[in-house]
Amino acid sequence: MTGRTGYLVGAVCVAISTVMLLPLVYSMLASIKPTAEAAATPPTYLPHGVSLDSYRRLWDYQEGLLTYLGNSFGTAVLTIVFTLLLTVPAGYGLSRFPIPGREVIFVVLLLALIIPYQALLTPMFLMFAKIGLTNSLVGLAVLHTSIQLPFSLYILRNTFAAVPREIEEAAVMDGAGSLQILLRVFLPPTVPAVVTVTLFAFITSWNEFLGALVMMSSSAKFTLPVILATARTETSLGGTDWGMLQAGVTISIIPCVLVYLLLQRYYMAGLMSGAVK
Amino acid sequence: MQGTRRNRWTGLAYVAPALVFVLVFTVYPLGRMIWMSLHEWSLIAEPHFIGLDNFRRAFGDEQFWTSFRFTLEYTVLITPVLIVGGYLLALLTAPSSTVRAVTRTVIFVPVVIGLGVSSLLWYWLFSTDFGVINRILLDLGLIDQPVLWLGVDAGTSNFAISTSVVWKVIGFGMILFVGAIQAIPTDITEASLVDGAGYLQRVTRVVLPLTMRTILLVTLLSVIGSLLAFDQFYIMTAGQPQNETATSVFFVYLNSFPYLKLGYGAALSLILAVTILAFTIVQLVLTRRSES
Repeated sequence: MTGRTGYLVGAVCVAISTVMLLPLVYSMLASIKPTAEAAATPPTYLPHGVSLDSYRRLWDYQEGLLTYLGNSFGTAVLTIVFTLLLTVPAGYGLSRFPIPGREVIFVVLLLALIIPYQALLTPMFLMFAKIGLTNSLVGLAVLHTSIQLPFSLYILRNTFAAVPREIEEAAVMDGAGSLQILLRVFLPPTVPAVVTVTLFAFITSWNEFLGALVMMSSSAKFTLPVILATARTETSLGGTDWGMLQAGVTISIIPCVLVYLLLQRYYMAGLMSGAVK
Repeated sequence: MQGTRRNRWTGLAYVAPALVFVLVFTVYPLGRMIWMSLHEWSLIAEPHFIGLDNFRRAFGDEQFWTSFRFTLEYTVLITPVLIVGGYLLALLTAPSSTVRAVTRTVIFVPVVIGLGVSSLLWYWLFSTDFGVINRILLDLGLIDQPVLWLGVDAGTSNFAISTSVVWKVIGFGMILFVGAIQAIPTDITEASLVDGAGYLQRVTRVVLPLTMRTILLVTLLSVIGSLLAFDQFYIMTAGQPQNETATSVFFVYLNSFPYLKLGYGAALSLILAVTILAFTIVQLVLTRRSES
């Protein structure tokens, strides 16, 4: 590449990166503006002062920030646990055992791929209401697991199927049981896939909005995006508390971006194999 | 597999929990939805069978068509931008260099944050009096007075929301395009260089044809995603003005939950599911082929 093209590409890249990052940076800056400035018309470009007031108001908003963070994290952790407990054994079973009707079972398990969960929410809600899973983190996690299950199963089955047979046979010769073989032989080489599946389960659950909106009616059970969506119109200040809203946006974004930047390799691996489900 | 002592029952035991889960939480709700769609049911009264009346009612419901048309408008507006824009970004960032790789990572960041949260962010950026977008346009002298972006005019709202969603998801298509472009064997690109092909020729004659399948795949994924749009409209316009910006999923949500027309909501869900299914089948067939 000639020098001039190189500079041009560099300039374009910097310009695009700036445009992409500006909304995020601007939101963070707004969250540390003093209360009066955050509510100013027209808005200031850069904060004239720094204050954590918006975070303080968010901390005490309704049931308190910790409640909503706890709900979001709790649901995400339960989703990860449920997803792994269901799809690790199922992926193992489907890829290494001569199960009768294996193909049919696999298709049934992937059914949710072709039916958007948005369409199933009404019957799900009625069922959850009957068995006490509405307003429950476990219930919401079950819903999120049902969204995430096909993707996880698909990735894990393929990963288990790719483990060489020789390794497995050696363990069988040593008299290991099937569970021992799963834990000792199969899990170590599939750790990257398990990380990918965990990562996607976290991001799906943390970000999911419609299901949480439908399943949670008591505000003490709201997840972060749901409480923020209600806060966009009604706050103690009368109108929208823009500073507090952007403090909430900033806090919601941090875990996702952090996890993505730290585990980028696993994220991309999942995206490449998941998109071509 | 056949040579080992492990039998089919052991395998079935490993699969059983997932199978039961899917039967209870996906298959049963699906059957229940079909059953509900054939009944009149409002939670207060007992459900009673009405055959296909809910479907007849939907197709005669002006609000159903308004939401369907609006969803299509949104899809038609946003999809070309996502595909063309995503592809251009992929062409820019696919070659290996640090600057390009960093740019790729940055463009992808909004993809991992929640659509609900990004909608709250853009709800503020587009706010008439408190948003920076009007401030910038005013300072540049492009407008004389603040624009009412959201919830007043359906077209303007659609434009503003599409802008926010392009920012949020353009990196998704880009990454898949980058994967496809990088998978092109280097000897093919080198051969075209030897032939003296310019950059534009290389893109149109070599890169585009060899990544066509990914382009189709991303187009389908984008269309499906747009047809299922909800969060951004619920948060940024709440369907205003007069439910003109309520998408199909929004309309299902309104009927099923606030209005509690359970049978009607189920029929609408089913229509939505069948529409999406048609696109998904095409997508699955396509990806099957690209794997083999």
